[in-house]
Amino acid sequence: MNYDLLIIGAGGAGLSAAIEAMQRGAKVLMVCKTLPTRSQTVMAQGGINAVLHESGDSVESHIEDTLKASGGLADEESVRVLCKEAPSNIEWLERLGVPFSRIDGAKTPLESIAQRRLGGASAPRACYAQDYTGLKIVHTLYDKASSMGVEIRTRLFALSLIHDEEGVCAGALFLDIESGELKEIRASATIVASGGFSSIYHGYTTNAYGSSADMHSAILEAGGYLSNMEMIQFHPTALEGSAILISESARGEGGYLIDERGERFTNELAPRDEVSRAIFSKIERGGRVFLDIRHLGREKLEHLMPQELHLCRLHAGIDPVEELVPVSPAAHYSMGGIECDRQLRVSGLYNCYAAGECANAHLHGANRLGGNSLLEIVVFARMAAVNALESDKRVCRDTGETLHKAKAELERILGSEGEECDIYAMRREAGRILFEDAGIHRDAKGLEKAMEKISAMRERLSQAVSSDKSARFNTYLIDFMQLRSSLMAAEAMLVSALAREESRGAHYRSDFPYERQEWCRDTLCRLCEGEVVVS
Amino acid sequence: MKLEIMRFDGKRVERYEEFEVGRVATLLEAFYRIKEFEDPTFTFEAECRSGICGACAVRVNGKERLACSHTPMENDRIEPLEYHEVQRDMLVRREDSFEKLTKAGAYLHRYERSVPDTKEERKTEIQSDCILCESCYSACPVLAIDGSFLGPFALSRAYRYAADSREGAKEEIVASVQNSGVWDCTLCGECTAVCPQGIDPKGDILALRTLSLQSGYSDPNFATLSFSTPDFSF
Repeated sequence: MNYDLLIIGAGGAGLSAAIEAMQRGAKVLMVCKTLPTRSQTVMAQGGINAVLHESGDSVESHIEDTLKASGGLADEESVRVLCKEAPSNIEWLERLGVPFSRIDGAKTPLESIAQRRLGGASAPRACYAQDYTGLKIVHTLYDKASSMGVEIRTRLFALSLIHDEEGVCAGALFLDIESGELKEIRASATIVASGGFSSIYHGYTTNAYGSSADMHSAILEAGGYLSNMEMIQFHPTALEGSAILISESARGEGGYLIDERGERFTNELAPRDEVSRAIFSKIERGGRVFLDIRHLGREKLEHLMPQELHLCRLHAGIDPVEELVPVSPAAHYSMGGIECDRQLRVSGLYNCYAAGECANAHLHGANRLGGNSLLEIVVFARMAAVNALESDKRVCRDTGETLHKAKAELERILGSEGEECDIYAMRREAGRILFEDAGIHRDAKGLEKAMEKISAMRERLSQAVSSDKSARFNTYLIDFMQLRSSLMAAEAMLVSALAREESRGAHYRSDFPYERQEWCRDTLCRLCEGEVVVS
Repeated sequence: MKLEIMRFDGKRVERYEEFEVGRVATLLEAFYRIKEFEDPTFTFEAECRSGICGACAVRVNGKERLACSHTPMENDRIEPLEYHEVQRDMLVRREDSFEKLTKAGAYLHRYERSVPDTKEERKTEIQSDCILCESCYSACPVLAIDGSFLGPFALSRAYRYAADSREGAKEEIVASVQNSGVWDCTLCGECTAVCPQGIDPKGDILALRTLSLQSGYSDPNFATLSFSTPDFSF
């Protein structure tokens, strides 16, 4: 069976692309490794940016704010498209039934949508649905996609793209988690909508463990490019230990950050990267940092942030009404990713597109503005669907080598000729190394040290076999594969961070603590004889 | 801390196994500890760790709980969700029950222009908090005897769209919930009791019954009974 469009990933981006393609009469298949609605998108609370009325705000200001936050790395043309298309895409969501929060006395449907101001925005332009914006968008999209009959195949883990020597793609190869079999799915065009890769910082990330760069490594292996992999946004306040996110609203409402002596040490309302660096400076020197919201009072806290109180009590056994909450920054969002052009075509490949957090569509540059990521997954995923369907296709002359190689590799991993290694210890170790040496503060020495260790792990894993040999529902094998992709993405991140000898946005080099004009450009990496190389 | 966990290897072996998990904050932490340190074949599902993705629902001593939001107690007995085919350990097949959303008409059929306000927002705010963890489905006794029953989450979501002022085809949703739907519910309220999001499917099913009656449908359970014969018992 040959599809017009294969979509890998069923989060907000995958679903938006699928609905758009279905409305255009295409034969679409959407594939995910778990189930739709389990995606990272559901964790987005804040909102989705759009200028809905020109009183006190303008599309130009939205563009300006986005460019300013990006530290000069965003592409103005792409940002312009994103911001201009925002209102019509909110209308699209409104007409699909997204239950936005509302205001009273509006004259039009769009004007009735409630908006709040998020950090870095010059006006309140984030449309929201209480504290569940991502959740409600994804579930509404899922309800719609299902009702339209979008074919969804669940529990298929993407291993590689089917491609020829020229980089022409013809779909992808999956491991069927249910049966343990390999499945080739062929399509005229493929959209990768597989999410970010922050979970390479295992134990130090707010992301689900599944944000593991499966497709980033598949893109590299097929000959495609990744860019700005060093640009990782760290959220300042995750719970120490569990890395559960404590929302920005805690500081927005007047919470303090204090050190062990009980003293404030930073402006709590500064941009995320600045606050994260201030906190990390304390932690790096063996100190601890606490969020103090006790002075806000029980009544206010119960009303304003019931979810946060619950999470602190559950995961840290702490009642923020009376106690200090120990916090640490945690990897939260990947601005960089699969390099694509303005049409969202993946660089180095043909018939292949990328959309959402997995892609570097040159919107966020060195720092993402809150509310722009949900916007990207709708606007750019729909755009990717249109471009993928309307563009001319190249013929893929693959020789079946992808399947052949994957089969041999899988047999080896499930066989017994090799060392069983503790992949979970490796996952924890990799997360710790990356956080300590390639996280918020970076320098050449630390990055090189991290590179050495990550490469050694990658080498070791390439010889290792699975500790669970079952064919059916082998989630150990999936964790194994995810670790493999994560380590490759970590290498890409490390070589990029090493190459960028400057500090810009989320990327801070203590050995180059300033911005350098010659680095007002993207880092680009690809695979060369098994090694990730950067330019 | 000791936990008793149901194991199923995907074929026929089904047993309870005891695990010593030490001190943990959540049941999910215990799951990870078992997989990472005790038994790499232990199989479960989890994503977000913070109660929003719905993946990790299981039964604890017969009650549905999100593993990521449950603080385990000594000797808790852990089992997979009910009324789903168990695939391996805690992993269950959810695709069939998810399909009931469309069957129940749980989507916006035809957009009708409306300018919602805060009052409108509140009408469907709670119902749209659903994370599809399916705790309600597993707790529903009707599904023990009738697998075709649409079940609580699908009906609650059908109501969420039927109550939306933007829905221009409410009658289609009401029609979708007549068979194996609102009239098959026993109104026991088990679904409402287990929902981690505080949603009240029982209440939504009652509301759908009201909409059904107002649209000319009636309770088929009473269709064969006659209440109009003379009463001679006085």
